[in-house]
Amino acid sequence: MDNIAGKKSGLGWVVQISVIALVLLWLFPTVGLLVSSFRTADQISESGWWRALFPTQQNMTLRAADPDDEGAQALVGDLYVIEGNLFEEDTEATISVWGTSSRAIDAYKAGETAEMNDGEIITVQENGDYRWTSPEELSGRGQRVFVTATTPAEFTLSNYQRVLFSDDSTDSMANAFFNTLTVTIPATIIPIVIAAFAAYALAWMDFPGRAILIAMVVGLLVVPLQLALIPLLRLHLGIGIGKGYLGVWLAHTGFGLPLAIYLLRNYMVGLPKDIIENARVDGATDFQIFTKIILPLSFPALASFAIFQFLWTWNDLLVAKVFLIDATGETTVMTNQIVELLGTRGGNWEILATAAFVSIAVPLLVFFMMQKYLVRGLLAGSVK
Amino acid sequence: MEAAYKGILTIFLGVGGCLLYYYLSNQFLDKVLYPAKGEKAGQNINRANMIRPWLFILPAMLALGLYLAYPVVATLWYSLTDRNQGGAFIGLANYQQMMNEPKFWEAMRNNMLWLIIVPAASTAFGLLAAQLTDRIKWGSVAKSLIFMPMAISFVGAAVIFKLIYDTRPVDQAQIGVLNAVWLQFEGGIGSWLILRLLPALLMLCGAAISIYAAYGVFSAIREKGGAVLRSIAVIFLAFIGYSFLSLAAGAFTAVHEYGVPQNWLTIPGWNSFLLMVVLIWIQTGFAMVILSAALRGIPEETVEASIVDGANPFQVFFKIKIPQISGTIVVVWTTITLVVLKVFDVVFAMTNGQWETQVLANYMFDKLFRANDWGVGSASAMVIMLLVSPILIWNVYNARKEMK
Repeated sequence: MDNIAGKKSGLGWVVQISVIALVLLWLFPTVGLLVSSFRTADQISESGWWRALFPTQQNMTLRAADPDDEGAQALVGDLYVIEGNLFEEDTEATISVWGTSSRAIDAYKAGETAEMNDGEIITVQENGDYRWTSPEELSGRGQRVFVTATTPAEFTLSNYQRVLFSDDSTDSMANAFFNTLTVTIPATIIPIVIAAFAAYALAWMDFPGRAILIAMVVGLLVVPLQLALIPLLRLHLGIGIGKGYLGVWLAHTGFGLPLAIYLLRNYMVGLPKDIIENARVDGATDFQIFTKIILPLSFPALASFAIFQFLWTWNDLLVAKVFLIDATGETTVMTNQIVELLGTRGGNWEILATAAFVSIAVPLLVFFMMQKYLVRGLLAGSVK
Repeated sequence: MEAAYKGILTIFLGVGGCLLYYYLSNQFLDKVLYPAKGEKAGQNINRANMIRPWLFILPAMLALGLYLAYPVVATLWYSLTDRNQGGAFIGLANYQQMMNEPKFWEAMRNNMLWLIIVPAASTAFGLLAAQLTDRIKWGSVAKSLIFMPMAISFVGAAVIFKLIYDTRPVDQAQIGVLNAVWLQFEGGIGSWLILRLLPALLMLCGAAISIYAAYGVFSAIREKGGAVLRSIAVIFLAFIGYSFLSLAAGAFTAVHEYGVPQNWLTIPGWNSFLLMVVLIWIQTGFAMVILSAALRGIPEETVEASIVDGANPFQVFFKIKIPQISGTIVVVWTTITLVVLKVFDVVFAMTNGQWETQVLANYMFDKLFRANDWGVGSASAMVIMLLVSPILIWNVYNARKEMK
C-alpha cells in the first residue's frame, strides 16, 4: 500500500531500526532480571548484568598455604618449598598481574618471580599455581599475594536450586508456588462457570429485568476493588470464612465476574440464532442447549477470559494480602513473598531476581502459548 | 508435597461444588419440581422455563451484589461513621480529617500526575509501536515482545525496575543501569542538553498542550454554554498546565551531582516518574494491540485515496488514520486510566509511598491495614470511586445506546 504509486518508501529502514530499538528497549528490563538470576551474588555485585557475557576483571587478595600446616612445606635439596594454587576453589580465572605488597599490586606479570626478604622467592603462574621457596624453614602465615584476575563469563543454576528446592523458609518459593496455584486454578474456573451460565441467560433467555441487569454488569465493570476490601473482610470474618482459600476464591470470583459476563455475553449473542431455535423446537431444555451447543461454540471466548483471569489472579497482590494471608503466613503467595524478600533481602539480587523470575515464568509461558486468545479477548472487551 | 495434595483437594472441592450446583438445581427443577411428563407436562415445562433463567443467573447476581454492589454502599457508610464510637454516624468528619492530612494531598497530586502521564505515554507509545510494526514483516514477533510485559505482575515489574534503579556506594561498581548511565555524564554541554534542556522542553510541551486545551474549553463556554462542567475542566486543565510549568522550571534549574551515584527512588519529584515508567512499560503493549487492530480496520480506500492525492506518510497517519481511530484511542485511554486509578502494587513494592510517591490506592491500604483507621480509609476509597464514576456513567450510557 505504501508503494502504491510504484515507488519504494524511503522510510523502510528508519521503520525497521525504530522497531528494533523499541523492542530492545522493552525487552531490556526483563532480560536484565533473567541474566541476573543465573549469576552468583559475587558476580552480580562486581559488575552490571550487561557485562555478564564478557569476562570480568577483579582485584583479589589471596594467600599461599600456611607454612605451619602439617606437610605444607617440603625440603627439596637445600630449599624449603611450598607449592599449590592460590585459588581455593576451581575457577577458570586467569591472573594477569600480581604483587606481594598492597602498595604495588601490579608489580609482576604472571609467570614472573618476586624476590622478598631473607632470600624468599615466589613465582605465580597464570592459573594461580605458585611456588614459594626459602633457604630457611618458613613459619607464620602464608604469603599474601595481590592478584588482578580475569574471570570468564559464567552462569550458574544454584540460585534456582536455592529458591525452588531448599528448605530455607525465607528463600524457598516452593510453598508459595503451590499456594499461588491453589488460589489461581479455582479462582479462574469458578467465575467462568458462573459467568457462562449467567451470560447465556442474559443473551438468550427472556425474563423481566434483563436489560437492567446487563447495564448493571457494565457499570460494575469499573468499580474499583479497593472499595470492597473492608466490607468484605468484615463480612468474611463475620460469617466465619475468615482469611483463607475460600475467601480469596470468592473475592476473585466476584471481582472477575463483570468482565467474564460481559465478554461471554457479547460473544454468545453473536452465535447463530437458528441453531438454538432448532434445538428448542427439537425439545432440548435450556440446560441441554447450554451444555451441548453453547459451551463448545463459545470456547474462544471462554479461553480469552480464562487467560485474563489466570494472569490477573496469578499476579495479584492486594486481594491475596487482604483475604488470604493470615498472621501465620503459611498461605503466602509468590507476589507477597517477593515483596517480603524486597524488604528482608533488598540487596541480595541473586535471590530476588530468581524468585521474581520463578513467579513470572508461568504467566509468560501462558502468554506466549495462548496469545491469540488473549488478544481476541482484549479486543472484545474494550473495542465494543 | 503435602501442600500440593492439600491444594489439589481444595481445588477439587471448590470447583466441584460449583459445578454440582448447576447440575443438581436443573435436575431438581426438571425431574422433581416440574417434571415434563404426566397430565400437566405442558404447563410444567412453561413454569420450569420461567424459573430457569433465575437458576442460571442467581449465583452471578449473588456474587456481583455481595462482592461489588454491597461494598460500594457499605464503604460509603463506613466513611460516614466512626468505628471507635461503635459505628456512630459522624457526618463528613472522616473526610475532613483526610483533607487535613498533607499525605492525602500528596497522594492526590501524584495520582493526577499518574492519570495524565501514564495513559498519555502508553497510548502514544502504543500508537507508535502499532503503526511501525504494521509495516514490517516481523511485526507480529515485535508486537508479542512489546506486549509481553502485560503478563508480568506489577510486583515482578517492580523487582525488574528496582534492579534498574539500584544504587551502590560510590566506590563500588554500579549494577543499576540508570546509575551506570548517569555516571557517564560529567557536566559538559552534552549533559546540559540531555539533562536540562530536553526535560524542560518536554515539560513545556505538556504545559502548552494543556493550556491550549484549557483555552479550547474556555472558548467553548462562550459558544456552547455548559458553564459549570466546562469551567471545572478549565480549572483542572489550567492546574495541570501550571504543574507542568513548575516542573519545567525545576528541570531547568535543578542542580545535578555529576559523578555521584544517585538514590533514584528517594529523590522527590523524579521518583514518581520512575514509578510511572513501570506502568507505562506494562500498558504500552495493551494500547498497541488494540490500536493495531483499529488501524487494520481502517478502510483501505481512504488511505489509498489520500496517497493518490499526494499525502506523505505523516499526513496519512495524522490526518487520515488518527481521526478514524479516535474512538478506539478514547477507549484505550479510559481503560488505562482505570488501571492507573487502582495502581497499588507498583508503589507498594517499590517505595511504599515514601519520599513523596504516595498514591491514593496505597494511601488507602496504609490507612486500612497499618493505621487501622477504617473511617479515613473508606473515605479515600470513596474518592477513588468518585474519580471512576464518570467513566462508569459513560460506559453504561454507551452500553444502553448499543442495546437499542
